[in-house]
Amino acid sequence: MSQDQIVNKDDLVIRFAGDSGDGMQLSGTLFSDASALTGNDIATFPDYPAEIRAPHNTVAGVSGYQVHVGSHIYSSGDKCDILVAMNPAAFKSQLKWAKKGATVIVDMDTFTEDALEKAGYKDDPFTDELERAYTIVHAPITSFTNKIGAEQGVDKKTTEKCRNMFALGMIFYLTHKTLDKTYAYLERKFAKKPDVVKLNKAVLTEGYEYADKLELIHSKIVEVSHATEMPKGRYRNITGNVATAWGLLAASERSGRRLFLGSYPITPATDVMVELAKHKSLGARVFQAEDEIAGICSAIGASFAGALACTSTSGPGLSLKSEALGLAVMTELPLVVVDVQRGGPSTGLPTKTEQSDLAQALYGRNGEAPLIVVAASSSANCFYWAYTAAKLALEHMTPVILLTDGYLGNGSQLFRIPKVADLPEIKPRLATPNDPNYRPFRRDPETFAREWALPGMEGLRHRVGGLEKCPDGPLSTDPENHQLMVNNRQEKVNRVANYIPDQEVQGDPDADLLVVGWGGTSGALTLAVEEMNKEGKKVAYTHFNYICPLPKNTGDILRRYKKIVVCELNNGQFLGYLRTKFPECPMTAYNKVMGLPFEVGELKDHFNSLIG
Amino acid sequence: MSERHFVPKTDVEYTKADFTSDQMVKWCPGCGDHAILSSLLNTFPKTHVKKENVVMVSGIGCSSRIPYYVDTYGFHSIHGRACAIATGVKLANPALSVWVNMGDGDSMAIGGNHLIHAIRRNQDLNITIFNNEIYGLTKGQYSPTTKFGQVTKTSPYGTIDYPFNPGELVMGSQGTFFARTLDCVPALTTQVMEQAAKHDGASVVEVLQNCMIFNDKTHAAITDRAVRDDRTIVLEHGKPMLFGKNKEKGLRFNGRQLEVVTIGENGVTIDDIMVHHEDTEDTGIHMMLAHMGGDLPVALGVIRNVKKTSYTQLYEDQMDEQMQNGKYKCVDDLLNSGDTWEV
Repeated sequence: MSQDQIVNKDDLVIRFAGDSGDGMQLSGTLFSDASALTGNDIATFPDYPAEIRAPHNTVAGVSGYQVHVGSHIYSSGDKCDILVAMNPAAFKSQLKWAKKGATVIVDMDTFTEDALEKAGYKDDPFTDELERAYTIVHAPITSFTNKIGAEQGVDKKTTEKCRNMFALGMIFYLTHKTLDKTYAYLERKFAKKPDVVKLNKAVLTEGYEYADKLELIHSKIVEVSHATEMPKGRYRNITGNVATAWGLLAASERSGRRLFLGSYPITPATDVMVELAKHKSLGARVFQAEDEIAGICSAIGASFAGALACTSTSGPGLSLKSEALGLAVMTELPLVVVDVQRGGPSTGLPTKTEQSDLAQALYGRNGEAPLIVVAASSSANCFYWAYTAAKLALEHMTPVILLTDGYLGNGSQLFRIPKVADLPEIKPRLATPNDPNYRPFRRDPETFAREWALPGMEGLRHRVGGLEKCPDGPLSTDPENHQLMVNNRQEKVNRVANYIPDQEVQGDPDADLLVVGWGGTSGALTLAVEEMNKEGKKVAYTHFNYICPLPKNTGDILRRYKKIVVCELNNGQFLGYLRTKFPECPMTAYNKVMGLPFEVGELKDHFNSLIG
Repeated sequence: MSERHFVPKTDVEYTKADFTSDQMVKWCPGCGDHAILSSLLNTFPKTHVKKENVVMVSGIGCSSRIPYYVDTYGFHSIHGRACAIATGVKLANPALSVWVNMGDGDSMAIGGNHLIHAIRRNQDLNITIFNNEIYGLTKGQYSPTTKFGQVTKTSPYGTIDYPFNPGELVMGSQGTFFARTLDCVPALTTQVMEQAAKHDGASVVEVLQNCMIFNDKTHAAITDRAVRDDRTIVLEHGKPMLFGKNKEKGLRFNGRQLEVVTIGENGVTIDDIMVHHEDTEDTGIHMMLAHMGGDLPVALGVIRNVKKTSYTQLYEDQMDEQMQNGKYKCVDDLLNSGDTWEV
């Protein structure tokens, strides 16, 4: 190709879609990894069904993986510039995610009568109108792949698994990237299966060369700008769930407390446990419990025994853990509960994202049961928020709920690798053996945290439990004592506000509109506000990670603006929470409960309508 | 795999008083729990474990108050969850000797799942089930062990629930240690608790306990002095299964089931009597023994005690192996593993 054919762009969105077994997640990951390694900023978003292998060729079985690459990436992007559809069902269900004019690569070999019928098509899907609206590439992916398989003497079943490599090869060509990173990956991944490496490499190369021969797309080649504003340092690609697991490992090392995770498999949180289970060499004590309740209860037991104790779950699991969370509040033991939120209520939308567990995290317990709630806001910063959750739990002797979500947990991003020694210090509130003045609920006058006396420590034998105790330790049903202990537990959580940074506002300081977000929506919100600021619109933005307690200056910020819009992927839970604290502030809601992240476009439309 | 012991022994000679806490015991006068507590307090000095390394974990119910009365570390948790909490304690610090105390409702109704899984894993816990066949603290509702047909507050026309036999539950969960004792025979209780403490893995001791307020005399048909020798049999490892006032009766396996025979009658000699082997790996005979009742005497003593590598040992062996030979020595190694690049 000649260089003048290549278009330079700041960013590009590619969506891989196919049957659940077509390897779309892998293609997406390989492309994002290769992009990151060659200097792009990236964000990814897997969009897959709950069924592992839904009926072949049906819309229900379509699995998608969106990759956003460019110079400065906040989110996985709205609509895509390039769509790969490996069968008619993927084409039918995913075309709505493609921009007008997008390049759409379809595997023409799969558009058989039978598959078209299964996808719900009555007529030829490729109408003239559609062909005009998009650049549709009818690629013979299956037949080319099969031909290579036959040449190499590989069975058909194995060969068909490589179809995704053909599509990936085409994408590498279209994005003016080389194949070497992916060759290296395949060589590593299938080190013990040289036949598989050979086949995959051949199919990948064939896809690349096929694209090179295709005049139709030569005007569509895009070179995406390299990341320029990234701070210097060593980088890697990371998903939110892995980042969460690593943040907990780092907190364990830094605090000197053994890491314990008691969990039960649940989508989309399972990968936190899967990741930690690999790291016994770093002291991670992982226990796959018999149920969600045993997950948290084993963690509470481990915390009593002195571990940095954690449990990971998603919405329904958090519901099951409610009673035990109350026990952790009552016993004032450090505990980190990771809730990777998904669509609810009940089983809801297990593989889709949502922010609808906030109310449950804040209030979902019997009695007056305050605890700390924090929320991560990007896949990469799950690491820091897991670390922070652990620090707060250990230093303030309280359970902490960390809210992430399916979008952050499964999505990936570039992560600037820190040095563990550079992370903030963590000082667990350990009691001193044989301290004659030790009392189980004696409190630090500043933080109101009690001391942690561990079984095995001499001279500090005591009992904890779910019944109300007096400060000295024994049971008490005295009315005044109960009032005192309720107040003290609340005050302890309130005082955490003295140890967290002030809330910050980005964007235009004299804005007409303040956009408020929390948790996993920060990518789309940041971009929407940034773009509006560039267009000269007076919009400011504040994003919350500390949810309970809120930063101390929250009210000062909210009172500064005449119009405030609180944006969240639920029906207004954070808004309701803010209204109880700041009833004087005029706040409206922008909500979406579709199991999908915000799109920049829809946000801008709404904000524009507000500033009129 | 070499056998390892994780709970350090102490040379300190403790007495019962060393383990008795200063808290007022608030059970009803005459409750069987008093005797069980006393047996437990007598057991601790025999285990030679430092007081500080003993953790008592309980759930909810009358029996679950026990941690307050024992001067060790203790956790009076929530209903049904004692086994799960105790599992976490032991996993976080295997040097602790962890004791779990639960009632029949706590352990087998709301906490049934945690109990069977703790047993299945052979988690190193000393579990005591106080079985009074009733919910006492909530004042008299039927439990999973209440006798079929019994009238209680929530079964005014008689229960139609078939009860659990805790021993069968333990065997069915691949349990490695099961003993049964009576609250009114504290010497036997202490003896089996000591055995339970020595056992590596999950041990379950069922104590048939009397709730004199809500289910008085529920075990009287076997515990009354007048009938006890004929209605119960105390099993001893390696000895023939004899019972009766003068040990004149015994158990024989007739090819189909267990039966009671009398020595000297119908040509029965001591050689016809079954010998108890608590360490038989197969659960068949132990299941039959645990099941006995009705025409057969209720089995007491250690019914099953087999060696099987404990969860603690399997866990710690894996941890040690990985700590020594694992890929990453510190979190920085992990953070910088795989594909990384400099900007």
